[in-house]
Amino acid sequence: MKRDAPRGRQSLGERVRGLRVTLWTLIVPPTVWAMHFLFCYLWVAVSCAKLGAFPRFPIAFVAGTLAALAIILASGWIAWVQSRTPGDDPPHDEGTDIDRLRFLATATLLLAGLSFVAVLFTAAPALLLTDCR
Amino acid sequence: MSNEGDKTIGSGRQSAFTTFGTEAAWLAGLTGWMVLGAVIIALALAALMVTASRSREGALTHRQGMRLVLWAGGIVPSVVLLALLVVTLPAMRPIRAAGDDLRVTVTGEQFWWRMRYQPAGAPPVTAANELRVPVGRDVVLALEGGDVLHSFWVPGLAGKMDMVPGRTNTLVVHATRAGRFRGQCAEFCGLSHALMAFDVVAMAPAAFDAWLAAERRPVTTAAAAGARLFDAHGCGGCHAVRGTGAASAIGPDLTHLGARETMAAGIQPLTTANLVRFIREAPAVKPGARMPAYPQMSAQDATAIARWLETNR
Ligand code: HEC
Ligand SMILES: [Cu+2]
Repeated sequence: MKRDAPRGRQSLGERVRGLRVTLWTLIVPPTVWAMHFLFCYLWVAVSCAKLGAFPRFPIAFVAGTLAALAIILASGWIAWVQSRTPGDDPPHDEGTDIDRLRFLATATLLLAGLSFVAVLFTAAPALLLTDCR
Repeated sequence: MSNEGDKTIGSGRQSAFTTFGTEAAWLAGLTGWMVLGAVIIALALAALMVTASRSREGALTHRQGMRLVLWAGGIVPSVVLLALLVVTLPAMRPIRAAGDDLRVTVTGEQFWWRMRYQPAGAPPVTAANELRVPVGRDVVLALEGGDVLHSFWVPGLAGKMDMVPGRTNTLVVHATRAGRFRGQCAEFCGLSHALMAFDVVAMAPAAFDAWLAAERRPVTTAAAAGARLFDAHGCGGCHAVRGTGAASAIGPDLTHLGARETMAAGIQPLTTANLVRFIREAPAVKPGARMPAYPQMSAQDATAIARWLETNR
């Protein structure tokens, strides 16, 4: 995410609204979810196959999960602020900058909500299961 | 397949709703709650649709509509699913196996089950096609595939688990009430896959210990006429009957066949007539069975062998 708004006496919300949104920022939350998912599964699979035991590193695991949730929350919050840029009701389908921003922001916000829940759903088994069987 | 006198097979003995094990009981309870929840959700949805189709346009503002979508479509389902996940995950934790638990190695073979009981501190006992478990004790089942993939499934006791050649999968079970139940191979393994079942007998611990002690003893009938015919026809080339010269492990161990209620992997009641037919034409009873037919064997010989096998209880 590149900042192209000048830093100055703007409020945080104004600065956030000035952040560039692209299809790349849109896929930040699902990408974080995918990495977290892959990481959890590989970690358990490798540990079970190579060490024969369920991995027991709760601190690293909790830290990784919290980091993933934080990135998703940040991305969702930015999207939420941007989606509140004044304009018409949905669908944001005009070929204008405002509609483009509001469309991408709303889509990112929804994806962030989905990814947040998904990361929690992935983390729960890793925390509650304790056996390779 | 001639199943005359089929009364011992069926009727709730192989059902996930007729439970006799902790894991299956939990699963049946969960299924009940899930069905209840699904019915409630479906009824609520139907009511919502009726209400929506009857209300006039603009009954909800845009904001109220969005809020309805957020709660009914996002927050409530997420919370319900998360709660379900958190409640069910601990149940997926296998029962912990202790070192002194009874261990039974169950090997799936085309199309029968090899059972090897390994009680702590005593030599193992080999049997076949019937699993006996003591009520109230954990039993560790070590599941193996002898030739191809099979799957071990006793719906009333626990979930199913695959039997993979070259691997040992561990399933810990805990029976809660005595009775005679049934399991079934649940992974297609060849022509007679559907005819690969077995009886499961859950019994009081003292009765189980007595049974295992009896099962451990060799037969005392090695001099009987049936025993000599068994030997003369070469049955010992595949089968073991402890106490006689027959000691091969290619087919099921027949030492205490007479103590079982079913034969040929749980598909027929154990009767002299069924035994005679199976001994003379096994592949006709069970297509693809790894036991040859004995068309040249006289009915008298087959009956003598069958009677002898039945006396070894
Ligand atoms: C080539 C090996 C082989 C020979 C020889 C053989 N059997 Fe079998 N037998 C098997 C196999 C394999 C099975 C398991 C069949 C199945 O259920 O799919 C079996 C099953 C049986 C069963 C049913 C066992 C049970 O647990 O219900 C009986 C009884 C039996 N054999 C008796 C005999 C007799 C008697 C002879 C000699 C006339 C004989 N068998 C010869 C391989 C053999
Ligand atoms: Cu099978």
